[in-house]
Order: sequence, then structure tokens, then C-alpha cells
Amino acid sequence: MLNYILRRLLIAIPTILILVIISFVLMFAAPGGPFNSERPLPPQTLANIEARYGLDQPYVVQIFNYIKNIVLHFDFGPSFKYKDLSVTDIIAQGFPVTLTYGFWSFVVAVVSGVSLGVVAAIRHNSKVDYAAVGVAIGASVLPNFVLAPILLLIFTLWLGWLPGGGWNGGQIEYIILPVIALSTSYFASIARLTRSSMLEVLNTGFIRTARAKGLPMRRIIWKHAMKPTIMPVLSYLGPAFVGMITGSVVIDVYFSTGGIGQYFVNSAFNRDYSVIMGITILVGCLTILFNLVVDILYAWIDPKIRY
Amino acid sequence: MTFVDKDAAEERQGHAGHDQIAGRSLWADARHRFFQNKAAVVSMVVLLLILLFALFGGYLNEHNGQFIDFTIGGNLREVGKPSIENGHYFGLDQDKRDLYSRTVQGTRISLLVGVLGALVAVVVGTLYGAIAGYVGGKTDSIMMRAVDILMSIPFMFVLIILLVIFGRSIGMLFVGIGLISWLDMSRIARGQTLSIKNKEFVEAAIATGVAPMTIILRHIVPNLLGLVIVYATLLVPGMILAESFISFLGLGVQEPNTSLGALINFGAQNMAYGTLWMLYFPLAFFVLILTAFYFVGDGLRDALDPKDR
Amino acid sequence: MTVKNILKGGTAAFVLGLGSAAAAQDSSFTMRMLDESPSIDPSLIEDVSGSDIARQLFEGLMNQDAEGNVIPGVATDYEVSEDGLTYTFNLRDGAVWSDGEPVKASDFVYSWQRAANPETASPYAWYIELMSIENASAVIAGEVDPSELGVEAPDDSTFVVHLTTPLPYFPQMVTHTTTFPVPEHVITELGDAWVEPGNMVSNGAYVLTERVPQERLVAERNEMYWDNENTSIEEVVFLIINDENVALTRYLAGELDRTEVPTGQYPSLSEEYPDQAVSVPSLCTYYYNYNLRDTGPEWAQNADVRKALSLAVDRDVLVENVLQAGQIPAYTFTPGATAGFEVPEVPFATMTQEERNEMAQELLAGAGYGPEGEPLEVEILYNTSEGHRQIAVAVSQMWQQTLGITSTLANMEWQTFLEERGNGNFDVSRAGWCGDYNEASTFLDLMDSGSGYNDAAYVNEEVDTMLADAKTAENPQELYTQIEQIVAEEMPVIPLYHYTSVFMLNPAIQGWPYDNVQGNFYVKDFTLSE
Repeated sequence: MLNYILRRLLIAIPTILILVIISFVLMFAAPGGPFNSERPLPPQTLANIEARYGLDQPYVVQIFNYIKNIVLHFDFGPSFKYKDLSVTDIIAQGFPVTLTYGFWSFVVAVVSGVSLGVVAAIRHNSKVDYAAVGVAIGASVLPNFVLAPILLLIFTLWLGWLPGGGWNGGQIEYIILPVIALSTSYFASIARLTRSSMLEVLNTGFIRTARAKGLPMRRIIWKHAMKPTIMPVLSYLGPAFVGMITGSVVIDVYFSTGGIGQYFVNSAFNRDYSVIMGITILVGCLTILFNLVVDILYAWIDPKIRY
Repeated sequence: MTFVDKDAAEERQGHAGHDQIAGRSLWADARHRFFQNKAAVVSMVVLLLILLFALFGGYLNEHNGQFIDFTIGGNLREVGKPSIENGHYFGLDQDKRDLYSRTVQGTRISLLVGVLGALVAVVVGTLYGAIAGYVGGKTDSIMMRAVDILMSIPFMFVLIILLVIFGRSIGMLFVGIGLISWLDMSRIARGQTLSIKNKEFVEAAIATGVAPMTIILRHIVPNLLGLVIVYATLLVPGMILAESFISFLGLGVQEPNTSLGALINFGAQNMAYGTLWMLYFPLAFFVLILTAFYFVGDGLRDALDPKDR
Repeated sequence: MTVKNILKGGTAAFVLGLGSAAAAQDSSFTMRMLDESPSIDPSLIEDVSGSDIARQLFEGLMNQDAEGNVIPGVATDYEVSEDGLTYTFNLRDGAVWSDGEPVKASDFVYSWQRAANPETASPYAWYIELMSIENASAVIAGEVDPSELGVEAPDDSTFVVHLTTPLPYFPQMVTHTTTFPVPEHVITELGDAWVEPGNMVSNGAYVLTERVPQERLVAERNEMYWDNENTSIEEVVFLIINDENVALTRYLAGELDRTEVPTGQYPSLSEEYPDQAVSVPSLCTYYYNYNLRDTGPEWAQNADVRKALSLAVDRDVLVENVLQAGQIPAYTFTPGATAGFEVPEVPFATMTQEERNEMAQELLAGAGYGPEGEPLEVEILYNTSEGHRQIAVAVSQMWQQTLGITSTLANMEWQTFLEERGNGNFDVSRAGWCGDYNEASTFLDLMDSGSGYNDAAYVNEEVDTMLADAKTAENPQELYTQIEQIVAEEMPVIPLYHYTSVFMLNPAIQGWPYDNVQGNFYVKDFTLSE
């Protein structure tokens, strides 16, 4: 097991390296640069700025320096666009925000999704089941950029119950709307997965035997059916969490939470080279980490799986 | 379903008779099971209707989606309402263009992106998986390790960078969205290939000296078809959703073209201004398409996936 | 580990949140910003929102009043030498930094040198050059030491500037944020970190207390400010809200005191909230460039075709049906709101649209293009934005409907757009220009063949000479009139409309400078009515 984890972590290094190189190549192939604006800078001013950020060096030297600074000093450089901030500042400020609402969305999606899926499966082909399937499909096809403004209109403008955005250090009333908007489609997918998985499990021999023996349903579900049901759901969770982090751009735009999501797009638009790189590395590491965590959980829940 | 029959027919002409009979009964069996599933059949009909709408809906009114009537003054909230009399069945969009025509156009583009995106993912994934599984050994392990590495790359993010940097084109969208999702397909295809590989008809082909690539294309891939169709059907809604997300970011198809995602995004932005038809018409089509694809996909899976039998 | 810590943080905030729910400030001014400002360091500021913030935190030599006139700031008055080349500013006694240190003339010297210094790498270094200060170009180019810049502080309360050309509007120019003082004693000690809240020492009516990137920026009353007793608003809050529709929703929910009005929403908002929806002229022009380069399309070389396309655009429809917020149709390049500028008469401004369309069709046919001649295909290049898209869609439809011209829209993301436009890879491209200062030359200089912003690549030697003469002319208006008339005849650009600044403002806020066409506001001048 330990061996397996180590091997996976070792693969992470070339993966990240490939990612860094792809991003570098894309960035430099891109038209424009971080210091272009509606009124072009006089050549001398532009030259001064480029010299300050090291953009006057050959590409290879730039890549080398970039990697060197990260490895030696854990320094991701200054943001080219937001001149008062460094990439580390940006991530240190935005990532905890994203992680906080991302985590709560994840919890909400998993708890409510699994519960709904299980209930629907137990009452297979009843009204409850149909309602659950309806809710789940409805929720999964409603894009969150439609849901978010609906929530804003209802809870902020009409009811006036919740603030329409901001973060304010993560007070509860600022987290609720982002969590609803972000978790809905994942909740739906988890509910559908759980339902079909549970149905399959309930049809297997050992559950039928348990029922024939007259064990109480509640006990059967919790003791026997839950574990095998959760397996396919688990493998969905890794990509789901990463999807939430990437999807957080919608949340940041609509709820002005100041999370990291908006930089996914903005840094590319702004040609903010250092921020693009920093974010690429961050998201890459997260993706690898969550896939790994899920695989470990898998092995932990099902001892039959060996690596 | 015709294209499936054609492939099965081709297979019948060229190869082992044993497989021919099995193949035919398998498909007939599946068809029977599929038509037992009411939700799937209804959804299939809905999809066909939407396809007709996307292809020929434009002939049902005299407006085109590009024309702006500058003589219409005043507030969109009043003058832009859906109406049968003036032929703007779905009202006007934010530029005072006919929303019905825009919706027809958007539906067409969204379906195209969804289907072609899924096709790219499925073709690449199936070939890759089939080759890895068939060749086996070192090649297999290198190819699958590469998939592992690629799975760790946040592709949506890379796609955003790509679209920002190389400009937006429908082609880039198909390829980009498709390439995000071929990885899962390649794993599934490889698994299936491993079990098909040792069947007699493959061994017979090897014995008669057929080239490996020909075997993969002629014998392995046709036998993966059931799986591929199921997976592709389930992928389409994901592709359409992904396209709508890209549209939200402002990186979707270029004006004057449009997609359901782009239309929904405009509608959502103007939600507070009393022009709700701009949201609910395209959204209704969007929801219908996605839901129908889910049900059809589920139906096909129940009908074709041997595991569930 | 991290996850756990954040969880704890989350729960703590949960508990605290219930207790301290939004302690509303009695007297605060909250406004929306589109994006985090690239910098709030006066020497480095490059955007409008950065300037809006810095104008609350810092105070320059001169301020503007509600009409945009120059009034004393840190300087109580100034003297100009007879040749107009030397300005001497007398600084007021009571001016101190927020840490109690006096604001000295040497702070200004330091600040201006710092802005020009290549090591600072300020994107606005060119502003120092624009002010025609002695040695500015050489300092920016790194040829001479920054100390050679033509500014000096003979004593603590006298600041002297030496210019190379007399600029009648120089006092206007020192209201710009690039010319604001920065505290030398703090920057030498803290370096780049001086802009952080807690570190930042400023000399304006407010001082920075909180800054969360991409979320908020808060400034509170500066007790040390010389005119502190006349400041009535306690706190200024800038909230970063990317989406203008969300911002409007939050404004209507009472979370903001000011926000921009989304395109097309002004009519219904002004009907519903007549005391809150505001539209005032501002010093900007929206126009389309033709590509006059040899590499550009052949038809663009023909002035008749250029005129035809310009005539066929119904600016009234654009303004009334598309923008709908009191924008002013543009037939000349310089906005009529510009100080001391009289809009010259150009022929096509007074025609009706039918006459214009007719003339456009004739001109186009005469040039051998259009329905009977060679078919014309025009590509409109613009950068991704809802507003630009609507205009481009409308203009292309007008060309289609009046002239039978097919046009395609090329919508590009910002950086790519700039690159394409700068390199001349377009037929027609969108542009907008806002005055750097309130005088017509800030607009007409774009018609100079040597201007870096002349994206149309328009060359007319007569215009170049007149522009040079206007700099020192007794009465430049005559020259400006002639230039505008030449431009209307040769039509290197299509002026479309002059901007208005359209926003919602909480009616309780008194003292907004509606008549300042540059939109420069000072929160210290605001009061709250009950």
C-alpha cells in the first residue's frame, strides 16, 4: 500500500512537469502579453517593465528560472497584472475561500445525494422514487450559472434574507448561497449513482438471503448494502471535487466570493503568466491528490482490492 | 440505428459464421429490451422531434435570426414579448432579433457540439483502448500509464487556456471538449478488448495472417459497438453541458452563430429585467435534450450492457 | 492538515458570524468595482478604479471641484513664469501624512522621480513625459539619473517644476493620480510592502484599513487629514463585483450606494427610480477605425466608401434603441463636453438619416461597390464584451439593410484583439478613447500620423502641422475646427457616439460631482442626507 502511494506520488512529478511545459508553450504561443492595454505603452516604458519581470530573457532561461525559484524558494513570482500582489498572496487569499465553500458543497452534495439515492432505491418504483428521479434529473440539467442568479433574485432581492455576495471572512450567511449553487448538480449525480448502485446491490443474492432470513430492512441497508453501494459513488467523488474547484469560477463571478476560481479564466485573459502557472500547478496537484485519496479510500473500504 | 445494422452487415459478409448469428440475435434482443422501456422510447421520440425542429424549424416563420428591426423602438419588456401574430413565437432577444430562429439555430449548434464532441471522445478512446488491449505487454502498460498521467491534468482548465489563446472556433470546441472525455472510454474499451482478444474468431484471424490493425478495426471494434453506443449517448449531455459552461465564460461559438448555452446565458443575465422568455424558451429545449439523452442512454445501457442482464 | 485547519476556521467563523451579523456602518459609502485594481500605488496606477481609490487615499497638488475646475489641494496656490515654462507650487502648512509626518515638497520630488524611474517600471511613466517635464524622456529611457528630472524642492513647502514647452492646461494635469505624492520615509523602509493595509501611509481624507484581493477594499477616515473636520463620510468601501447584473441586484437590495447600469436597462430604471438612475456626459468617444494601411483592404483607401459606411450608420438609432442611456450621437471626434471646445459644423451632422442613406448609396455606387458594383465584405473587429457586441451587431445590420454590404463580426478576446488591431490585421475595428485631461488636443492628437494610438494609420501632413501649431496657438479652437472638418471629409474613423457615465446612486448621497466630465469624485466632499 505504502509502496503504491509512493509510486503514485512519484508519477505526479513528471505529470506536473508536463503540465508546466504545456502551459509555458501555450502562453508564449499566445498573441499579446501581460502589459498590453487599450493605449499601447511607449516602447521605452514597455521595455522597462519587461526587464523588471524578466520577460526580456530567452524562453528557456525563463522556464529554468521559474522552476528553480519554486524548487529552491517556493517562490511563484509576482503577479504581472495585479502588481501589488504575488502569486503566493493570490493563492493564499483565494484558495482557502474556495476550499471552504467547496468543502461544504461537497459535504452537502454527498450527504443529501446518498440519502436521496438510498431512499429512492428502497422505495423502488414508488411515488417517492419517481419524485427523487425527477428532482435529480432536474437538478443535474440546470446549469449553475442559471441557478445562481435565481438564488440571488429570490434570497437577496425579494426575501432579503441573505447578502448577495462577498465573503466577509467566511461568515455563515455568505457561504449558504455559494454552497447551494455549487452543490446542486453534484448532488443530483450522486443521487442517481447511489440509486442505481443500491438497486443493483439489493438484487444480489446475499441481500435476498438476508431478507429471506427476516433481518430488519434498516439493518440490511446499513450493515450489508451500504458498503458495496458506495463503491461506484466513491470513484465519482475524486473527479467531482476537482470539478467543483474548476466550476467555482461561476460562484466567484456571481457571488463575488474572492475565491481562486475567477483566476482560472482571468489569468489567461490577462496573460498573467505567473498566475496562470501558479494556478495550473495548484489544480494539477489537487487533481492528482484527490484521485489518490479516492483510490486509497477504495482500498480501505474494500479489503479485496490490493495495489 | 441504421448505422449499427450496416456495420453488423459488413461483419457478416466477411467473417466467421458463428459470430454472425450471435451478433444478430444480440442486436435483436437489445432492440426488444429497449422498446420495452417506455421512458426511453418517449425520449427517443422527443429527441427526433427536436432534431426535426433544429433542422427544419427555421421554415416555420418568416424571420431570420440575424435581422434586427430598427423600427421597433421602446422597451424590450413590452415590445419583445412572444406573440403568434407578429411571428415572433418566442419573442425577441436582447438585440431585438427573432428568438425563435435563434433557438432553432442554437439547438442545431448544441446538438452538433454534443454529438460531434461525443464522437471525437468515443473514436479516440475506443481506438486507443482497443490498441492498448490488443497489443498488450509493454505497449499496453505504457499507453495506460499515459492515460493515468493525462487523467491528472485538469483539462477543462487547459481547454480554457486553449480557447483564450488560439481564439474561438467551433472546431476547437469539438476537439477540445471531445478530448477531455476520451480517457474513460479508453479504459473501458481496453477492458472489453482484453476479453474479446482470446475469442476463436480473433485467433482464427491471427492464424490466417491478418495484419494487427486490420484485426482491431474489423474484429475488435465492431464487438465493442454496443458499449460504445451506450457510452456515447451518455456522453452527449455532458458535452452539451460543457459547451454551455464555455459559453458562460464567453468562449463559446462566435456571433452571429449561437448555441443553447449562449442563449441561456443571455437569458439568465437579463432575468431580473422582466424578459424571462429569453431564458425559458432556450432553457426548455436545453432541459428536454439533456433529459431525453439521459433516458435514452439509460435505456440503451439496460438493453445492451451484458453486465446488467 | 490544511483541510482540517480550514474546517476549524470555518466553524469559528460560523459561531462568530451569528454574533456580529453585518455591523452596518452609520455613515459609509459603498461602491462597486468591476475588477481588482492592478495597483493602488499612485506611481503605478494604470486604471480608472485604481485612480478612484487613490483619490480618496491621497491628495495631489491640485483637486477638482464638482464642475471639474482646478482648486487647491496640498498646494494652496501656484505661480507661472512669464515664458510658461516654470511652475512654482506653494504647499500648505497643515498637510501631514497619516502617521503624523509633514508632507514635504521633497515627497513630490521623490514621487515624480519614482514614477519616471525605469526601475519602478510604471506603466504610467509616459504621463510624466506627457507633462513635458525637463529630462523626462531621458530619465524614462534610463539615459540619465532620475535626479535629473526637472523638479526641485528649494524648501519644504515649495515645489518647482521645469517644462520644455508651455502647457496652458498644466494645472489640470496635476490633478491626475500619477502626480500624487508618496511617503518617501515609508517606502524606503518597507519597499513594495508599503501598499499593504496597516503599512500604507497616505495624505488624503481616508486611509487604507482592509484589502481582500477580488473581494473588498476598505478605507476609513484619516484623522490627520488637514481638512478632517469637513469630512462627513466615515468609511469608503469598494466591493469587487464582476457581473454588472449581480451588482445591480445587490444595489437594489440595498448593499451598494453606487453601481453601473447594464447596457439597455437605463430607460426602465430611470422610470422606476428617477431619483437614482443617473446619466451624465463623460469625456470619451466611441468610434470605429478603418484600416488605412497598404496591407488593409483596398476599398478602405477610397474616401467615398469610407464616407458611405459612416453615413449609413444611424447614430440616433444606436443611441436611442441600443444604448438607451442618453449617449450623444457623434459626428465629430472630440466630445462637445470638452472644456473650451465648440463642436464644429460638419455637413453630415445636420442631414436627416434618409438623406444620409441616399448619399451613402450614391457614394458607394460611384465608387463601384455595392449591389450593382463589386460586392463589399467588411469584417468588424471588436473585443469580447456585451456592449461592443450589441453595437457591432447593430452596425453590421445597418450596413446590410442600407448598403447591402455583408459584414462578419470578429469578436476576439482582449489581448488578441489588441495585438490584431495594433498589427493592422482588420478591416474595421472598434476603439474608444477617453481624454487624459480636459482639452481637445487629448482627442485630436490621435489623428497625428506619429501618434502611437492612431490605429487607423491615418496620415495627413496638413493635420499634423495644425496639431503642432495648436499646442502654442493663442486660439486653438480655429485649428481644431479645421481639423475636425478635414476628418469629417476624409473619414479615417467613424465616430459613433460620445459616452455618458450611467449609474445608480443612492439618493441619500449628496455632493456627487455630476458636472465633472472626467468623473473624478472625492468622497470627502459627500454628505449623507436623512
